[in-house]
Amino acid sequence: MTSAASIRDRIRDGSVSARRVTERVLAAVDRVNPDLHAYLEIFHDSALASADDVDRRLAAGDDPGPLAGVPFSVKANITSLEGESTAGSKILRGYRAPYASTVVRRLQEAGAILVGKTNLDEFGMGSSTENSGVGPTRNPWDTDRVPGGSSGGAAAAAAAIPGVIHLGSDTGGSIRQPCSYCGVTGLKPTYGRVSRYGLLAFASSLDQIGPVAGSAEDCALALGQIAGRDPLDSTSADVPVPDYLSELGKGVEGLRLGIPREYFVDAIDAEVRERVMEAVETLRGLGVEVEKVSLPHTEYANPTYVIISAAEASSNLARYDGVHFGHRTARADDLVDMYSRSRGEGFGAEVKRRIMVGTFVLSSGYYDAFYLKAMKVRRLIRRDFERAFEQVDAILCPTSPVTAFPLGSRLDDPLKLYAVDILTVPANLAAIPGISFPCGRTREGLPVGAQVLGRPFEDSVVLRFAHAYQTETDHHRERPPVSADVEES
Amino acid sequence: MGSRARPDWEPVIGLEVHVQLRTKSKMFCGCENRFGAPPNSLTCPVCLGHPGTLPVINETAISYAILAGLAFGCDIARYTKFDRKNYYYPDLPKNYQISQFDFPICSGGAVPLRSGDETRSIRLVRIHLEEDAGKNIHAEGRPESLVDLNRTGTPLLEIVSEPDIRTPAEAADYLRTLRMTMLYLGISDCNMEEGSLRCDCNVSIRPRGSDRLETRTEIKNINSFGFVASALDYEIARQIDVRESGGEIVQETRLFDPDRNETRSMRGKEEAHDYRYFPEPDLAPIRVAESQLDELRSRLPGLPWEVRQRFVEVHGLPEYDADVLSQRDPAVVPFFERCVELYAQPKKVSNWVINHVFQEMNERKVSLEVLGLSPDRLAELLGAVERNEVSAQNAREVLRKLLDADRPVADVIRELGVGMISDQGVVREAVQAALDANPSVVQDLRNGKKNARNFLVGQVMKATRGKANPSEVIAVIEELAGLE
Repeated sequence: MTSAASIRDRIRDGSVSARRVTERVLAAVDRVNPDLHAYLEIFHDSALASADDVDRRLAAGDDPGPLAGVPFSVKANITSLEGESTAGSKILRGYRAPYASTVVRRLQEAGAILVGKTNLDEFGMGSSTENSGVGPTRNPWDTDRVPGGSSGGAAAAAAAIPGVIHLGSDTGGSIRQPCSYCGVTGLKPTYGRVSRYGLLAFASSLDQIGPVAGSAEDCALALGQIAGRDPLDSTSADVPVPDYLSELGKGVEGLRLGIPREYFVDAIDAEVRERVMEAVETLRGLGVEVEKVSLPHTEYANPTYVIISAAEASSNLARYDGVHFGHRTARADDLVDMYSRSRGEGFGAEVKRRIMVGTFVLSSGYYDAFYLKAMKVRRLIRRDFERAFEQVDAILCPTSPVTAFPLGSRLDDPLKLYAVDILTVPANLAAIPGISFPCGRTREGLPVGAQVLGRPFEDSVVLRFAHAYQTETDHHRERPPVSADVEES
Repeated sequence: MGSRARPDWEPVIGLEVHVQLRTKSKMFCGCENRFGAPPNSLTCPVCLGHPGTLPVINETAISYAILAGLAFGCDIARYTKFDRKNYYYPDLPKNYQISQFDFPICSGGAVPLRSGDETRSIRLVRIHLEEDAGKNIHAEGRPESLVDLNRTGTPLLEIVSEPDIRTPAEAADYLRTLRMTMLYLGISDCNMEEGSLRCDCNVSIRPRGSDRLETRTEIKNINSFGFVASALDYEIARQIDVRESGGEIVQETRLFDPDRNETRSMRGKEEAHDYRYFPEPDLAPIRVAESQLDELRSRLPGLPWEVRQRFVEVHGLPEYDADVLSQRDPAVVPFFERCVELYAQPKKVSNWVINHVFQEMNERKVSLEVLGLSPDRLAELLGAVERNEVSAQNAREVLRKLLDADRPVADVIRELGVGMISDQGVVREAVQAALDANPSVVQDLRNGKKNARNFLVGQVMKATRGKANPSEVIAVIEELAGLE
């Protein structure tokens, strides 16, 4: 079984070259991508050049970096000097960022090889990757189903080809929910744990970059490199970065795990509930103490999230106006007409909807009733978690109320689509870490994800829960129908 | 229209002044903060508003804003934050300006103005920090507009006064005091021509005796100190005309046209802006520590009105001298005081600085710093005059030479050949020659005509090229004319 950690070790000990691994990864991507449309761009040439560089440095006895030769991808809303940074939007078609995001720079400096950029719902707005301006990604477990979103490209790619690390972004569940639908592991770190410099902002106070991979171990491997204070992001925290890999070894015995009653409501699919409760039992068997907890303001999380994220988005997306970069309409009568046409042509329906909602909730006369109230509720939700974490070390619940749904089945009603976020948005509002990991499948064969939430900057604790579960079970090793191997057969 | 408020109407004026801070780098990125570079050469992904970039606060700008607040006695916020002001314009690449809304860094305070013996304080509402926008350039004969983003992200203080100003002259005075204070603090150039100080005026009129605030207009586009008073003069007279002919003042923005010396309603009814302010999520709120305030307080220089008072009370200068010396250039203060330290006659130093040094600065169009005169050298020169080594008149010439190349005063006097004649024989010779050449004047002198003596002194001074000591010349004239 291939993992990023094993690839790293084998390149380091010389049993395989970085070039060989990169060739295999690129070939695997080329094989699965026509079915999945997980990658928007694949960087054959630059990836091989980087791999050769790693091999040269190894041959010369130089330190090629802690992730030397490890393949990675980034979601297309994260800037890189390679390729385009479009956020999956037509308004940024052809946009090449003049700078690399901090996360890409850090991984590349650690010797990792950027193999491509993955698909997403436009600007991260969506839960199915159907809102991509360049067409949807398909779920490798059933290509008639969505991979979830908005990091659907990353999750589908991770499910189809183990051993690659993917960076996604999570504003209301955009890493965890697609990981749940695709049967892979993904971490939304504590807000401020990872620099957002170079992440095309959707909702600045909620956005966080995090890893998507085949296992908690690979997530820990990636997090160790991308976490930490960045002088270019004032919201990145100056909190020491532990060695996440060695933290995993601490296990979970004696840790207290809370089960929030508000997260097991009727809207949760029965099979999802069963798989998640089985995961609870597995953890109990590892010495975890399980208790009931209450997060009383949970029902307000989704409307709070919709208001705050839309408000910030309406401002963040104002810069896409046809003046300085991105799409400009072919003809316009005057400045305002140029703005309207460029934005009208460039943005998709969901993005426009959220810009309108956000503009409305910030308007004078409505600000207090919507935005200000949402900010107050946000504090209550955060306090819910603070109280619960006085009682327990982590909280476990389903990642999504449902499993991967058929393409097109929720497109007609945005509220139906927003409903799949109800279990993930609280972590963003509370700025706490959350991990999703596969805990079995439904009778239809679709993966179910369990989510563990932790205290701020205890990302290592949620990683430990997922890792302990994965040392005990093999659900994360199950392979979907559409898949390809990196390892030599 | 009359140019002054008629006695039955009282103008009510408040100013919103924008001051660019002279930090090395911009407000939220590392780009150089400088005027006059080629278009778009001082830019980076952050100030160009590229997707994914984030602002980082320039701590120096925060310190400068606090210094300004301390100078005017404002309350300095211990908790302050930035907000986004959302509006679309091509010179604002993010289409929002990072500004401050409900927690400005400074609130309250006042700017002390002085007229005659009276001090009047113009209260401040607030001082807040924000980023400047770029510039749109509408080039003649081109269909498109050009955008220069060098100015984008320049740290900007917005200083908002209460409507405490009552006359256009007072508005100009307020602005001059603001500017001088910024120069003393060393936080801005306040150059209106380069746009580093910009001013919007809010003005209304009310019947004298009323304390109501009436509908006001806002005048924009005042880009020179001289225009402030004339724009206000025009606008006040216009409002009086409107009111006296039974009309009502419309709340609107008006542009000042310096060519026609009038204000005009901005064309096209501007929609009422809803800026949709909300807290800037990319920047954490700022907490100002007491230790930081203490440190900044200790850096506070003497302020223009304090210096003025010191010049009067400590150095015994007339009010006029104190005003002129404290309002010219902050570098004058240490210059003057060092001079007085070495040559303890403050009024004489003041005369020289105001009459000669300032004139040289004006002629050369330079600041005191660029003029390059050291206070020690000026004191040396004044000492030479005092000791009759050079006449006051020739000392002027010595000063000019010193500005070309700094050397000991005695060397310059020698080089110019303007040293006082110390040889009694030379003076006697010159006096005798003057007496011989003007027998009728000598007769007048003997008859007690004062003018005759002055004429003869003048003749001797001319002959000696000003190098004779006048009192000595008088004594010799009287002696040789037999008047003792």
